[in-house]
Amino acid sequence: MQWETVIGLEVHVQLATKSKIFSGASTAFGAEPNSQACAVDLGLPGVLPVLNEQAVAMAVQFGLGIHAEIPEVSVFDRKNYFYPDLPKGYQTSQMYHPIVGPGEVEITLEDGSTKAVRVHHAHLEEDAGKSLHETFADGRGHAMTGIDLNRAGTPLLEIVSEPDMRSAREAAAYLKAIHSIVTYLGISDGNMAEGSMRCDVNVSVRPRGQASFGTRAEIKNVNSFRFVERAIEFEVERQIELLEDGGEVIQETRLFDPERDETRSMRTKEQANDYRYFPCPDLLPVVLDRAYVDHLRDTLPELPAAKRARFQDELGLSAYDAGVLSASREMAEYFEAVKEVCGDAKLAANWVQGELSGALNREGLPIQDSPVSATQLGELVSRVMDDTINGKAAKQVFQALWNGEGQSADEVIEAKGLKQVTDSGAIEAMIDQVIADSPAQVAQYRDAEPDKRGKMIGYFVGQVMKASRGTANPQQVNALLKEKLDALC
Amino acid sequence: MHDTTLTALAAGLAAGEFSSRELTQALLARIERLDGELNSFITLTAEQALEAADQADAARAAGNAGPLTGVPLALKDLFCTEGVRTSAGSKMLDTFVAPYDATVVEKLKAAGTVSLGKTNMDEFAMGSSNENSFYGAVHNPWHRNAVPGGSSGGSAAAVAAGLVPAAMGTDTGGSIRQPAAFCGITGLKPTYGRVSRYGIIAYASSLDQAGPMARTAEDCARLLTAIAGHDLRDSTSVARGVPDYTQELDAPLAGLRIGLPREYFGEGLDPAVERAVREAIGVFETLGATLREVSLPHTHYAIPAYYVIAPAEASSNLARYDGVRFGHRCDAPADLTDLYKRSRAEGFGEEVKRRILMGTHTLSEGFFDAYYKKAQQVRRLIRQDFLDAFDEVDVLMGPTSPTPAFDLGAKKDPVSMYLQDIYTIAINLAGIPGISVPAGFVGGRPVGLQILGTHFAEARLLNVAHQFQQATDWHLRRPAIAEETL
Repeated sequence: MQWETVIGLEVHVQLATKSKIFSGASTAFGAEPNSQACAVDLGLPGVLPVLNEQAVAMAVQFGLGIHAEIPEVSVFDRKNYFYPDLPKGYQTSQMYHPIVGPGEVEITLEDGSTKAVRVHHAHLEEDAGKSLHETFADGRGHAMTGIDLNRAGTPLLEIVSEPDMRSAREAAAYLKAIHSIVTYLGISDGNMAEGSMRCDVNVSVRPRGQASFGTRAEIKNVNSFRFVERAIEFEVERQIELLEDGGEVIQETRLFDPERDETRSMRTKEQANDYRYFPCPDLLPVVLDRAYVDHLRDTLPELPAAKRARFQDELGLSAYDAGVLSASREMAEYFEAVKEVCGDAKLAANWVQGELSGALNREGLPIQDSPVSATQLGELVSRVMDDTINGKAAKQVFQALWNGEGQSADEVIEAKGLKQVTDSGAIEAMIDQVIADSPAQVAQYRDAEPDKRGKMIGYFVGQVMKASRGTANPQQVNALLKEKLDALC
Repeated sequence: MHDTTLTALAAGLAAGEFSSRELTQALLARIERLDGELNSFITLTAEQALEAADQADAARAAGNAGPLTGVPLALKDLFCTEGVRTSAGSKMLDTFVAPYDATVVEKLKAAGTVSLGKTNMDEFAMGSSNENSFYGAVHNPWHRNAVPGGSSGGSAAAVAAGLVPAAMGTDTGGSIRQPAAFCGITGLKPTYGRVSRYGIIAYASSLDQAGPMARTAEDCARLLTAIAGHDLRDSTSVARGVPDYTQELDAPLAGLRIGLPREYFGEGLDPAVERAVREAIGVFETLGATLREVSLPHTHYAIPAYYVIAPAEASSNLARYDGVRFGHRCDAPADLTDLYKRSRAEGFGEEVKRRILMGTHTLSEGFFDAYYKKAQQVRRLIRQDFLDAFDEVDVLMGPTSPTPAFDLGAKKDPVSMYLQDIYTIAINLAGIPGISVPAGFVGGRPVGLQILGTHFAEARLLNVAHQFQQATDWHLRRPAIAEETL
């Protein structure tokens, strides 16, 4: 039987606010355990939450970024359950009236085609703390669990998609698109290793052509693009095998184990909590006035989809180039800065995707940590464009800049004497010397059929370039050599 | 010195008749000597009180005294007080020392008042008799065998017995007004949002409100002026200016339109209480007010709606008492579930457990719409009843409680206890202010008259209550214990 995979994602994005969603404590990552938890985060008796306006603004910006409806009123609810790292015994979230309504995210697949994935809604909520099971003992040999509440109260935006994805690849592309939108907007650092983005994946399979969905499993807390693909691939295989063996998929929550590359059952639907949601009486409904939303809309930065379109339409880049260069805000900003300095979008695109990306990949560096700045690269490209250096020398200059041997392309060109020789007198002298030193090759050239001579000229060009240490203008060398050799025939 | 009003004591302090230290010492001595009979305090903070009194005296000497500088009072043990045990009347928090002050406490300190200690209360403010306290029942100063009312029973008894001139209470369904009525003092529940809830241990967040309990409406006006106001730490507090509530006290009542809700004089009301209340209301006619009957048609639904909404919120608010970070923790838990179960089973009393169970049930999947949602609809109707009534009249009046203080142990059945709050609960659901003033006696036990106004009509309520107290002397009557001198 032919199976079709159906995937929906719940992506949790940690918002880059300075303080927590309901308290003034800092959200910085990596501090001493419990050093960034105030009375409100600890859930001490008598404390009350106060909503962080910045978190609201960021959520609305996201909504506007995916062309979603922004309801006038949203409401915080309490999701009640007991867990040691949940200090109040409930998580403040938005169950019934989320801050962002239905929207749409455009994803780009590997063949360059695009697809729209619908977002059901996005809601604000607070993160819980962390339970640390590893490093504690009570001194009497009993294992203990440590609780770190630094993360408790960190603002999260949970983005819930419709079940619109049909493959692991699409799911990964969707996650990348979300990542790119939130980092473009600057509402999250998108750092998956630090948990700034995590997702729950809902996966089901159905016979191709069947209208209704199969029973789904939810895979919790997957925290990298790669793991999302692997978890889905494993889970799809598991479900298909189960069904083909006459079994049944049960609705359950599963965990992905990246070490063993498999998903494992965590709890079934029967074991699921009844969260007893009800509106949080400590927080007023959030009422957004139109002017506020309009202001956020007007100040929204250009987002990936718009940027990609502009790179194609206005800068004349190919669909592929436009896609790569707009994929992340850092990449796009770097490229646009190079283009700004040199004035040529295609050359800038070639250098950013060629020499620069190659070097970054070799060293495993993100573009924002590139040792060669966009200004340096832009000036380098300019020197190629104005014939100060030839392409070969340009690569040497790039390498020198990468190694920190000089502040600018001009400085390196000067120091290494890479300036292209265009003085025809100087080039002619080198040519005459090469011809004088190569009687055998000159004889071969002279004896060859005229239509074969074109290929043979390469040897002489190489010798002249060598003599010039690569600085001679190759086009000039070519033209002058041809002239002089033909004169000998 | 003890047998007078806060207003008179403030005047005495201002005139230099006695110092705050002298006053504080005298009252602490009375509490030491007499509170054994009443059990109105859970924690006395004598040392901090004397320190605060000295500071107040120093401020006065330096010419920096405000209207309340040096005035002693007490705080219901639901207000978080930095460095002092804050128990909420529960074993769960018997060892909990708050690391911060509630906004009300902060404001009272800033006003120079001197807190003598933390008063007894029904556990987590759940109760109408103060019998639900981990620290034992409180005795009514008028009749040792009677309850003081609840949940702010300790505050009411302490004021009535002349142990403190005033105390802070909280009121979620009548917890200021009913004990004020039972103990023969004046108690004001302000409009929801008038006083910050920050630092007040939550029972039912959408209903809880703090307010003053004192001898007179004038005393309450002084205290409300000090504690009211918007607080950035409480999103439900209202950004609205705070007037000097003493300014309107003397306004004449001629032309005041008083509404008498038909439903507040019906079945279940003790006829002797009704007589006392109607007589008190008659006083207003002599002051130029007009009376008319009005109807609050949804009154019958107030108690059921309250006992859905309040326990629902409580079940969530009290989830944080899990034995993990603070409060009672059971010995040697076998695992996490055991820690939760035993810590909570041991730490909470019966009534608290009952309300947590009710609230957990009504919020459960499949019951939410029938209970919680329906109760919220009823709540809107009840609020509308009041708004409609206030289109026609300025204030509403009726009994605070259907009976005078009942005997300790008399109400074993929780429902009969819940019915005690029939006249007070709807006010919290509607969010409006209410005040209870002494209005007579039945069998030697005080009777309270409840006066209600529309949202933020505190100045009007205090004015009406004050004028009543100018014309009557019920509020000046004292139980024998208050007459005792050391």
